[in-house]
Amino acid sequence: MSQTTSAPPRRSRRDLLGGLRRRLSGMPRWAQFLLMVAIALLCYVLPLLEPPIISTPGTDFGGVLFTVSVYVLVAVGLNIVVGYAGLLDLGYVGFYAIGAYTVGVLTAQHATWPWLLSLPVALVVTMVSGVLLGWPTLRVRGDYLAIVTLGFGEIVRLTLINSEWLGAARGIRPIPSPPSLPLFEVPHLDWSTGVPLVDFSDTTTFIEFGVTDPIPFYWLALTLIILVLLADKRIKDSRVGRAWEATREDEDAAELMGVPTFRFKLLAFAIGAFVGGIAGSLFATRQTFINPESFTLLISILFLSAVVVGGQGNRWGAVIGAVVVAYLPERFRGFEQWRVLVFGLALMLLAIYRPQGLLPPRRTVRAQRMEAETEALEVGEEPEDAVIAAGGPTPDDAAPTDEGSSRG
Amino acid sequence: MAFQYVLDQFVSLFVGGLVFGSVYALIALGYTMVYGVLQLINFAHSEVFMFGTFATVWALWLVGADATTAGVALVASLAVAMLIAMITSGGVALLLERVAYRPLLNRGAPRLIALISAIGASFVLSELMGLRGALASALGVDDVLGRYVARSRENLGLPTDRTFTVQFEVLGYGVTNKDIIIVLAALLMMIAADQFIRRTRLGRGIRAVAQDPESASLMGVNSTRVIQLTFLIGGLLAGAAATLYMLQVGLTRYNAGFLLGVKAFTAAVLGGIGNLRGALVGGLVLGVAESLGSGLFGSEWRHVVAFVLLVVILLFRPTGLLGESLGKARA
Repeated sequence: MSQTTSAPPRRSRRDLLGGLRRRLSGMPRWAQFLLMVAIALLCYVLPLLEPPIISTPGTDFGGVLFTVSVYVLVAVGLNIVVGYAGLLDLGYVGFYAIGAYTVGVLTAQHATWPWLLSLPVALVVTMVSGVLLGWPTLRVRGDYLAIVTLGFGEIVRLTLINSEWLGAARGIRPIPSPPSLPLFEVPHLDWSTGVPLVDFSDTTTFIEFGVTDPIPFYWLALTLIILVLLADKRIKDSRVGRAWEATREDEDAAELMGVPTFRFKLLAFAIGAFVGGIAGSLFATRQTFINPESFTLLISILFLSAVVVGGQGNRWGAVIGAVVVAYLPERFRGFEQWRVLVFGLALMLLAIYRPQGLLPPRRTVRAQRMEAETEALEVGEEPEDAVIAAGGPTPDDAAPTDEGSSRG
Repeated sequence: MAFQYVLDQFVSLFVGGLVFGSVYALIALGYTMVYGVLQLINFAHSEVFMFGTFATVWALWLVGADATTAGVALVASLAVAMLIAMITSGGVALLLERVAYRPLLNRGAPRLIALISAIGASFVLSELMGLRGALASALGVDDVLGRYVARSRENLGLPTDRTFTVQFEVLGYGVTNKDIIIVLAALLMMIAADQFIRRTRLGRGIRAVAQDPESASLMGVNSTRVIQLTFLIGGLLAGAAATLYMLQVGLTRYNAGFLLGVKAFTAAVLGGIGNLRGALVGGLVLGVAESLGSGLFGSEWRHVVAFVLLVVILLFRPTGLLGESLGKARA
């Protein structure tokens, strides 16, 4: 009962994001659409505005935004595997690496294809690798799957290091940029005097992919994110999305209801790998060189943290989680040596105070509320107060909403 | 492929594999016990081990052992070092349970979030070790601590002499006293842990909680205590493994736990996670396979061999070699 009495402060925090969401879904459709467009436009001009506080001192803000957008793309893809289908994947970086290396091999190492031509090939290769990994391993459940995928990620990385054909530890360079189409110059804002001034000496060419200016790469990544998010919404709301959810909650029950769970899990793996491949190819073309160092297990773990931090199963949660995981360490580069420590502490605090993630899926929130109400009725207290205790009183009671991704 | 080389060097590779395998197995026990009781991948267990390696070196400095120490003095100082390493690792493991897991368990958080907490704790622990110099100077005690906090991001070596005497030869390979000590010590420790779980009252408590936490608590088992005990035993064994590892490898670093942790967890899964004897089998199989594999394909493929083996075994035995849970172990 101590949970219910200590509850009110936690409630207000929950309501900050939850209330915002409720207000959003209460708006008419056209207003929602306009708001989305406005947010998207804001994201596009963000690197030009370089607003104080948000902008990163010391490192190129456009470059940081590009990194963040790659993480967002990866998190959205991994969210399909972990959040929707409930398959704990610790080797996602493997697909990311395969995407990047396919581009590298085709454009620089063994052929000189243009980037645009190598992209679809890279995506097909990653998707096939997803199926090839999934076909034998998806019979294994829960935490065993986690460790098999972890093994896969490491096998990919070690093979990259050991294979001369793939450039070994030196990696591959130079990877070409996407084709440019220089149309006009866009000026940046200058905040150095305290008031925003348009600075015509510092401009970005629309659209020229160069080594010096990462902003066009960021625009490209943002466009791809929007496309992937739209596709993600269509899939999640379709029969496939429901099949994933059923599989995640109870695989045997789903199978009995006629859901070919294996096939849908494989599909989740393939689609997840596909999105990871997009992110990898983008990363490769922006970096112009890749080596196995960029594809360590630690990166896999960061990707997974992004999804879980944001709230697995919710695409916007994944986006927010990725922004947190990728942006915060860059913002606080001034504290260079302390940032990993602080990141670790942040993960621990988040796990304790926000166990469902920053933005849990609507259904989880709803199920929790109902549960808390039942619980409160049983002990005879106001249901309103009990809503907050919604960590789920015991693991067993929380079972229906518990993202049973690692259920053995 | 170097079949001839493997045939020639078979005993050497095999013994080397056994030595590494016993270290893996000792660490794997910590993973497997926590998993058996909580169904949780204790990702930070590798850092518990890492603290043990540092404790070993520092303890040797404290007792004044150096490259000239030999004979009884060397054995005694190593024994003290192992004891201190076990206490340190056990302490870190208890702290970990208190700070990173218990708050989550009380709130009934979903299982994946506990993994995130563990990952966070793992970052924090390894960075604390890597930043010990900076921390000490922030507190103004870096002069007092001296070499204990100097060059905190660099490798730290075992101060004692690491040439070992050959005890007997098997098919042309000299088995050293170090090999014997490591394998025997690991085996002894594992038998002790196994018997503790199977025969004692506390061990019965652990098995009961692993089988069914709710019924166990209804029967009067204090599950918080049991979880603490599980972490403590895992920590003690990791500390012992740390000293043995330092004997074998001789170097440690603030991030040395990571690879060992991954390997040990692989060993635990290989044997069947949640199964004590599985951890032993898994560790030894992994160690030997990776050693023979590195002989066959070249040492750079060593880790690949380990992971491919894992994937292949899980395909044919999806719950590991011995695939039996801690709760189902017979008394």
